[in-house]
Amino acid sequence: MDIKSFIKKYGVIVVLLLLIGIFSLLSPAFLTVTNIINIARQVSMLGIVSVGVTFVMISGGMDLSVGAQVSLVGMISAWSMLHLGISPVVAAFLGIFTGVFLGFLNGFIAIRMKIHPLIVTLASMTIFRGISYIICGGLPIFGFPESFTVLGQGYLGVIPIPVIVLVLAVILGSFILNSTYFGRYFYAMGGNEEAARLSGISINKLKVAVYTISGFFAGISGVILLSRVNSAQPNAATGYEFDVMTAAVLGGISIKGGEGKILGVFIGVLIMGVLSNGLILMNVGDYYQNVIKGLVLILAVAFDSMQNLSKKKKLIQHEA
Amino acid sequence: MSIKIGKSDIVQNDNIILSLNKITKSYPGVLALDNVSMDFRQGEVHALLGENGAGKSTLIKVISGAIEPDSGTISIKGKTFSKITPHLSKAQGIEVIYQEFNLIPALSSAENIFLGEPLRKGVLADKKAMSQKAAELFKSFNIDINPDIPVRNLSTAYQQIVEIARAVSKNASILIMDEPSAPLTTSEVGILFDIIRKLREKGVTIIYISHRMEEVFEISDRVTVMRDGKYITTKFTQETERKELISLMVGRELTETYPARTKEPGPTVLEVKKLCGNGIKDISFSVRKGEILGLAGLVGSGRTELVRTVFGAEPAESGEILLEGKSVRIKSPKDAIKMGIGLIPEDRKRQGVFLELDVKTNISLAAIKDLCKFSLVDKRAENMLTSDYKEQLKIKTPGLKQKVKNLSGGNQQKVVLAKWLATKTKILIFDEPSRGIDVGAKQEIYNLMRGLTDNGMTIIMISSDMEELLGMSDRIIVLCEGKVAGEVSKSEFSQNYILELASGNR
Repeated sequence: MDIKSFIKKYGVIVVLLLLIGIFSLLSPAFLTVTNIINIARQVSMLGIVSVGVTFVMISGGMDLSVGAQVSLVGMISAWSMLHLGISPVVAAFLGIFTGVFLGFLNGFIAIRMKIHPLIVTLASMTIFRGISYIICGGLPIFGFPESFTVLGQGYLGVIPIPVIVLVLAVILGSFILNSTYFGRYFYAMGGNEEAARLSGISINKLKVAVYTISGFFAGISGVILLSRVNSAQPNAATGYEFDVMTAAVLGGISIKGGEGKILGVFIGVLIMGVLSNGLILMNVGDYYQNVIKGLVLILAVAFDSMQNLSKKKKLIQHEA
Repeated sequence: MSIKIGKSDIVQNDNIILSLNKITKSYPGVLALDNVSMDFRQGEVHALLGENGAGKSTLIKVISGAIEPDSGTISIKGKTFSKITPHLSKAQGIEVIYQEFNLIPALSSAENIFLGEPLRKGVLADKKAMSQKAAELFKSFNIDINPDIPVRNLSTAYQQIVEIARAVSKNASILIMDEPSAPLTTSEVGILFDIIRKLREKGVTIIYISHRMEEVFEISDRVTVMRDGKYITTKFTQETERKELISLMVGRELTETYPARTKEPGPTVLEVKKLCGNGIKDISFSVRKGEILGLAGLVGSGRTELVRTVFGAEPAESGEILLEGKSVRIKSPKDAIKMGIGLIPEDRKRQGVFLELDVKTNISLAAIKDLCKFSLVDKRAENMLTSDYKEQLKIKTPGLKQKVKNLSGGNQQKVVLAKWLATKTKILIFDEPSRGIDVGAKQEIYNLMRGLTDNGMTIIMISSDMEELLGMSDRIIVLCEGKVAGEVSKSEFSQNYILELASGNR
């Protein structure tokens, strides 16, 4: 394998290793076990959400409501624990169920009312966020049983539980996409919806499924975030929808759908985590961090489209 | 199509307007154009023939300035250039009409025609003048198109006329048409040819690319054959014949033959009774096992709508479908597939294949559930199945992991076919089986179709290519305005008769 095709195949990993290398040289505090675990824990909530969104994006859609879902899930779990007195375990399941329900709602409205799912999630993003604020009246909710913090703050050995959940989510997602027949359907729908329908795939059912899956992972993430922060914030997970998109694009998911792997997105998430952690260690201000993150995205995508261009040139050769 | 017209006199002059001298263009590993020299005369219709990969597209791109040749020169109206930019090409009066139209659907035809350089009154666009000018252009073609309605509301044929009008409005002296007849029906092709003849009379040179041999004979004055990037020869169309051109194109003797059946059709497998919906009215017909039923008709006659309704891709309003004598309800393609019906759609890229997915995934998709144990794909079984079909259908691909977009049209069509064979389809519907496929691959598709029916497959075939329809079908049903206009048995097959039925003259 020559260098070019190596970079093509493992481009994101190269970028990740490059960043790790640079930060290790610039800051002695970067490449330590504590810091690495720290990064992993920081990205886990976003990472879990991005597993679900990967399904949506591969099948050709986009879910803008995930951030609001995470917040609303946390809010409902928190409120139920305080006001209904349900146990932390029940609250956790209630949270996940809430996510599933919200996702289902997105898909169902999209197919029933024949609205483009992107628009539905654009609307539900503000609706869900609004309900969050209504529930708490704009103030954080806190004061849950001590045992609830295990999910977000606990460890298994040296590994934080959120990291374990993230890894499990990545494995589960990859497994569904790579090894099951409905995994194929997501790629087919994203690749060519009409051809997929004419191949016997029930597009409507699949659309509902995709947004429900996205809601499921947002639900898990919402519960873990709640437990980690130990308080439900109405403005929690703001901007997740775009961070997830950034990670997905970094990880090689095509905006048009039909392409990409969860592992790629996982690495995209890690790049974002390493980048913000490294920049913080180097005392780069928040404002500058935003600029740098945006630049990294443009560079990564430019790199990708350059490759597509050379691919296209080759294609013309074939046709000629 | 059946009418032959006299060739215009202008052809007789030797006024060379465009000539290519020793053009070579290579890509790594491929010599797309190999020392090609040829010339085009003013006011001729010059057909360009060649199989996919012969270099026609590259040649056009060189002339239009889209790509730069490695060596060689191009002379336009006496001026010699070593390379041409798209801008320069247009400035010299060269316009290209591609297969995919470059129209903006929401704009009117007048606005499309003057897109980029609108007629103006001061700083404002002069809509009135534009629509007047557009109407004049259409009138000069003897076509009545309202210049003010959005082009998305126009039929494909009319959209193409808008494209041509745009080129003419720019005073094009050389008009290149890449398979202009592909999306058109027989009668629409007639309209197109009338326009081409009018342009020729005005002295416009038309470079005409088509896979349809009979069109080349009907419309062109001269024909050039290319093969493997090389210029083979140029002939006066009147002085050559079909067989000769085909053998020049493929480099060996080859005639399109329609393989004969070896078995008689069996009992009736599919019966459609009084089917209505999507513009089709009260359609009844039946097909027998191992039969090829041809569906003829003009565009808009409801052929595609009929098969899509049978396949469940569009909902039926009323009517009954009987499979092997039993009444069935088909509400979606999924239902149809379960009952053993498959559809190979006319628009391969939009409805048939998944261009970005690999050959393997494309072939196994519809049958993937059968390849599963507990919802998990048995990848070994999948590999075996797909490589089986790759061998059986002789799909030319570097590997099963190749993206389908990198395959030629003929091989993409085989991939779609393989998808249905993998699902154990019993009734297969082909909507334009050979559209955009070169001569060699066409023959392969015909042989495959016949092989399938000999093994008991039932085929329903829509085709606008009259020869193909007459050659392959055992029986033809002609549709006109959503209704069955008549049924024609093999002994009554005649092009004229079918055309008369299709145009509602009987």
